[in-house]
Amino acid sequence: MIHSLFLINSAGDIFLEKHWKSVVSRSVCDYFFEAQEKAVDVENVPPVIPTPHHYLISIYQDKIFFVAVIQTEVPPLFVIEFLHRVVEMFRDYFGECSEAAIKENVVTVYELLEEMLDNGFPLATESNILKELIRPPTILRSVVNSITGSSNVGETLPTGQLSIIPWRRAEVKYTNNEAYFDVVEEIDAILDKSGSTVFAEIQGVIDASIKLSGMPDLTLSFMNPRLLDDVSFHPCVRFKRWESERVLSFIPPDGNFRLMDYQVSSQNLVAIPVYVNHNINFKESGSSGRFDVTVGLKQNMGKSVEGVIMTVHMPKVVLNMNLTPTQGTYTYDPVTKILTWDIGKINPQKVPNLKGVICLQSGAPKPEENPNLNIQFRIQQLAVSGIKVNRLDMFGEKYKPFKGVKYVTKAGKFQVRT
Amino acid sequence: MMLAIKEAATDLSPYVRKTAAHAIQKLYSLEPDQKEHLIEVIEKLLKDKSTLVAGSVVMAFEEVCPDRIDLIHKNYRKLCNLLVDVEEWGQVLIISMLTRYARTQFLSPWKQDEILEENCEQAFYGSDDERNNKNVPASKPYVMDPDHRLLLRNTKPLLQSRNTAVVMAVAQLYWHLAPRSEVSLVTKSLVRLLRSHREVQFIVLQNIATMSIQRKGMFEPYLKSFYVRSTDPTHIKTLKLEILTNLANGANISTVLREFQTYVKSQDKQFAAATIQAIGRCATNISEVTDTCLNGLVLLLSNRDETVVAESVVVIKKLLQTQPTQHSDIIKHMAKLLDNIAVPMARASIVWLIGEYCERVPKIAPDVLRKMAKVFTCEEEIVKLQTLNLAAKLYLTNAKQTKLLTQYILNLGKYDPNYDIRDRTRFIRQLIVPNEKSGALSKYAKKIFLAPKPAPVLESPFKDRDRFQLGTLSHTLNTKTSGYLELSDWPAVAPDQSVRNVEVVEPFTESTTLAGKVKAAKPDDAFYSGSGEEEASGSGNESSSSEESGSDSESGSDDEENGRKKSSSDSSSSSSSSSSSSGNESRSSQSESGSKKKNLKKKNPRKENKKSGKNESENDETTKRGSKTKTDSVSSESEESSSEKSSSSSESGSEPETDSDSGTDQKKQKPKPKKEETREAREKTTKQEVSLLDLDDFAPVSMAAAPRPAMLSPSLITDLEGLSLLNTSLTIDVTSPVYVPAKSHELLHRMSGKGLAAQYHFPRQPCIYSSDMVSVQVTLTNSGDQKVEDIHIGEKKLPSGLQIHDFNSIESLEPGASITVSMGINFNDSTQAANFQLCTKSDQFNVSIQPAVGELLLPVTMSEQDFRTQQGKLTGMNESAATISIAPENSSSRAIVHKVVTAANLGVVPSAEDRIHRFAAKTVKAADLVLVTVELKEASTAQLLINTEKTVIGSMLQRELKAVLSQG
Repeated sequence: MIHSLFLINSAGDIFLEKHWKSVVSRSVCDYFFEAQEKAVDVENVPPVIPTPHHYLISIYQDKIFFVAVIQTEVPPLFVIEFLHRVVEMFRDYFGECSEAAIKENVVTVYELLEEMLDNGFPLATESNILKELIRPPTILRSVVNSITGSSNVGETLPTGQLSIIPWRRAEVKYTNNEAYFDVVEEIDAILDKSGSTVFAEIQGVIDASIKLSGMPDLTLSFMNPRLLDDVSFHPCVRFKRWESERVLSFIPPDGNFRLMDYQVSSQNLVAIPVYVNHNINFKESGSSGRFDVTVGLKQNMGKSVEGVIMTVHMPKVVLNMNLTPTQGTYTYDPVTKILTWDIGKINPQKVPNLKGVICLQSGAPKPEENPNLNIQFRIQQLAVSGIKVNRLDMFGEKYKPFKGVKYVTKAGKFQVRT
Repeated sequence: MMLAIKEAATDLSPYVRKTAAHAIQKLYSLEPDQKEHLIEVIEKLLKDKSTLVAGSVVMAFEEVCPDRIDLIHKNYRKLCNLLVDVEEWGQVLIISMLTRYARTQFLSPWKQDEILEENCEQAFYGSDDERNNKNVPASKPYVMDPDHRLLLRNTKPLLQSRNTAVVMAVAQLYWHLAPRSEVSLVTKSLVRLLRSHREVQFIVLQNIATMSIQRKGMFEPYLKSFYVRSTDPTHIKTLKLEILTNLANGANISTVLREFQTYVKSQDKQFAAATIQAIGRCATNISEVTDTCLNGLVLLLSNRDETVVAESVVVIKKLLQTQPTQHSDIIKHMAKLLDNIAVPMARASIVWLIGEYCERVPKIAPDVLRKMAKVFTCEEEIVKLQTLNLAAKLYLTNAKQTKLLTQYILNLGKYDPNYDIRDRTRFIRQLIVPNEKSGALSKYAKKIFLAPKPAPVLESPFKDRDRFQLGTLSHTLNTKTSGYLELSDWPAVAPDQSVRNVEVVEPFTESTTLAGKVKAAKPDDAFYSGSGEEEASGSGNESSSSEESGSDSESGSDDEENGRKKSSSDSSSSSSSSSSSSGNESRSSQSESGSKKKNLKKKNPRKENKKSGKNESENDETTKRGSKTKTDSVSSESEESSSEKSSSSSESGSEPETDSDSGTDQKKQKPKPKKEETREAREKTTKQEVSLLDLDDFAPVSMAAAPRPAMLSPSLITDLEGLSLLNTSLTIDVTSPVYVPAKSHELLHRMSGKGLAAQYHFPRQPCIYSSDMVSVQVTLTNSGDQKVEDIHIGEKKLPSGLQIHDFNSIESLEPGASITVSMGINFNDSTQAANFQLCTKSDQFNVSIQPAVGELLLPVTMSEQDFRTQQGKLTGMNESAATISIAPENSSSRAIVHKVVTAANLGVVPSAEDRIHRFAAKTVKAADLVLVTVELKEASTAQLLINTEKTVIGSMLQRELKAVLSQG
């Protein structure tokens, strides 16, 4: 299985390595650097790279490459999924997964990696179990540890590992018992030149933050579960109940976790909350062009649209842009050629507009295609698919929990072709 | 070390045993000679029932002895049942191991694609004896092994896993093991994975690319999910492009090409070039668009970007080769381009093209040669080689004009720095220039150079990847990696399936003689198999019980059948004897009566004789009986298992003569309410059954078939519903249809069917094959003067989601005779037509069944109160209201009810108000409620209100009802 793991930062330095079997020389990463060089863009680095004796499987997260070295046949997704789990665990422990955070907590990092893989095979990947084994770092604890010389590795074997519900730790106690659910939906869409929808779909997740004592058994039901077309669950959800009754029945892990992912059936038409009028053209002769983009609300939404940001990847020949926004601020980075327009909240009365001149490199032929516009936005208190949580019931415990559900709609990969 | 591992492998704590399994492979890598001992430990650990251990020990197995398939036999069923509860990483390994195992142990389900018996199994959780029951009379050679089915069924829920590796593992398992009709189950899950991280996308897209070559239909509905975004990384873009190309067909090509047009303009030139290649492939694959594509590509030749132009030239060259006759103007156009294009590959392509078709452009070709001769020295090698070719070809066809030019070029080539070119020059000179030394070959020079060349096949680079198992590293890299284990081909003959039967030597059965102790083992068992068992519900009796008591269930029935001549203790031999003992009666009636006998001991023999006498009645009846057996076996599940337990307990102790009797007695002494209920229900159905069978003998088959199941099947369904574990909060029952219109539709006219005519109608009964299906009755009439032989359903061209359960094939139909067969179609709650081929021995006819929207419903009963509450939940988007005019003769309430139930299969909801009529139904597939309200207003208008989540069905129904009610 997984032989070794190298962490490589954006500068190309290997700043952490871990071997589960024998030590593999760092020079194996040269093949990776070679591929990286060839790919130009970090995004384009192939995830699987064969070398004469090893295979390198890498993921790129938070400006760090996680490169796993394997020697024999293994499903590549197995390794990729595991690496992503490692990243999640780092985020869970340190709040972020940056090079600085990893270097600061290097002891905990090694402890975690040691527990997560045994001889290259995943052992404990549940956050609840790991947290019992290795306590997350706090300031107080690190001070105490440095004075007494003790480590933050737990002495006892986590009880959850042996139980039939390995994701929940035992003896959880809270004074305030709360259960919160965030229903987050994303609209993925491609709009064509004329504004009509080429492709649109809604995908959603339900993230939960559960702080309940004991062993609560929760049941979450929807007003309209038929909307959900395809779902995937956290292992705690009883699939049988879902199949027969369309309710989510589960004993939750402690803390934050993703309860389910879903996809809304494609038959339902997706309501696109914003429209974009654009007029971008480059003059055939001379080194300039015009840029005029308006983002507006379609009136059918009752809620306000916030956090609207438009990013445009301009063609290489664009030197600079002189624009005037009626609302928000814009920046243009001449090196990466990325134009960002931060609009903020859209007021239905006033339609935001960004207008101005594009300066082109003189002498170069005009770009033949207009750049695509990527739009981000956020609508609070609305699930665009219309999904609604009906109720949450708790069994198995006596107290009354505090419950809450929040709905958010966001733009996912929302692209306007021009 | 060895001792420590052995010790740990027998530890009480599963965690220790798990660690021992991990230690095995560590020790193995340190000391390979210990292999034999380690295998012993693995064998022991494989028997472990803990979910914790399963994943680790399979990993050790894969590492140490992946070829020792024989170790798996006994644990196969256990592994399948535990699978759902194993931790996710273990699941991946177990699934891939079981995939390999299944390929060596089961017969290929692909040979008999048309048999859709799996559908009814899925619906009824059938066990293996019914399968025999169904198949043997139909003389179908392929029967899916129940263990094979078990694996497919138990892995299906894992498609919902959050772990992408698990989903992929299940997908590849279905791809390599499932019958063709079921593979598409995985599509949706795979498309879901495309939302994940870019690395996951990459791997999944690669696998989809391979799959989409072989099975277009699987991913066609999701075409739009593969549209490229400008923000995707290049390797993902090219993969998506690849998939789009694979999915393109005559129906969607215009959409695909429009999409490609956008891509060609992309800023990413590498991607634009790949798009042009894709267009070329579409053009060759789909002949209707070849010309359109070619014109589009010619337009691209005037593109400003060089790579785009070069790529277009190369693709056009390939396209022209496939049909060179009519395109001399394109060749001329390309000859002009030669001055501007600098990309060597493109130049070489143009030169080659002109050389190849020099006879079509006799004026231009020598001129091109002249130009090329001028710049010969500064060209790339590949262009030089093609120039030499052009010169040779022209010399052969048009020696008068080009002799000097050719000699000039050959001279230049002779002193070229590249040896390849010098070589070629020498070769060509010898071949074409006549001199005294030249051999016999020069006579054939023209034939050699101007031989017709086969057009290149533009095919997917993923074509050859299917030799690797999907989802593996080897597949991703398209090379064999170390440690890759080949997936073997299906065996020609199924290996003995009894090897997977577990003997009764499990620790808890051998130690007990007391019934009480056996009972104590029960909760234990339930704990281990957990939800896996729950899921297997019906088949649980087969899988879990056989786990503890071997093939007792079979042997039990068998023994009774033979008048209890055998003692039940020789259970191991009985499974084989059950097939051999079929004797004078056919196997279908045997297994049926076998299971029935267990339930209704004394009455049985008489009935059974009666039945076997009638056994040769036509197929229709047999299938129906198959479904009945299913209900029986499901409902008797609880008793069966308990009787088994008691029999296995008495088996070791008491005398064999009385064991099964005492077993049932014990059971009868402690009646449970549920059991009583099911027994009543069953007795009711069996009584009905008897009378029905009699009816069958007298009534003509064709039309009597319609009302009969209507009164029987709903009760079966409700019985089943009562038994299943789910308690739906709503009390909505499917009822028998209010009215069954006798109207039938034409499927195949006798003129076009060469004497064979077919009509179909909807009997409006719940389908016996699967609860998702609409049953359709097809009446086949032979109106010709020849006997029609072997009528069956051939190839199906179904939109995604649709499924057809075939009727059993009809061996022969005499002239003038007609026969009615029933089939099931899962329309997936849409009015898409189901297209399939109706085949006879000699002919194939394409036919299609298009359902009216009213036939996609099943009537339900509910109180007015319930109706109102349900209606309250289905407001807003789900409600559609319309004011309609009503013909005067329809204004009476009876007429309205009659009209509505004729048009659609709705159930009438009793109502207190006489101006308001309510109807309720649910859709067949998704079981969504459809509520219809007709409220009479003054004069001749009415308000029509339809509430349903399926808005499409709602609006179609509205239109239909509107038409019906307004007509006289």
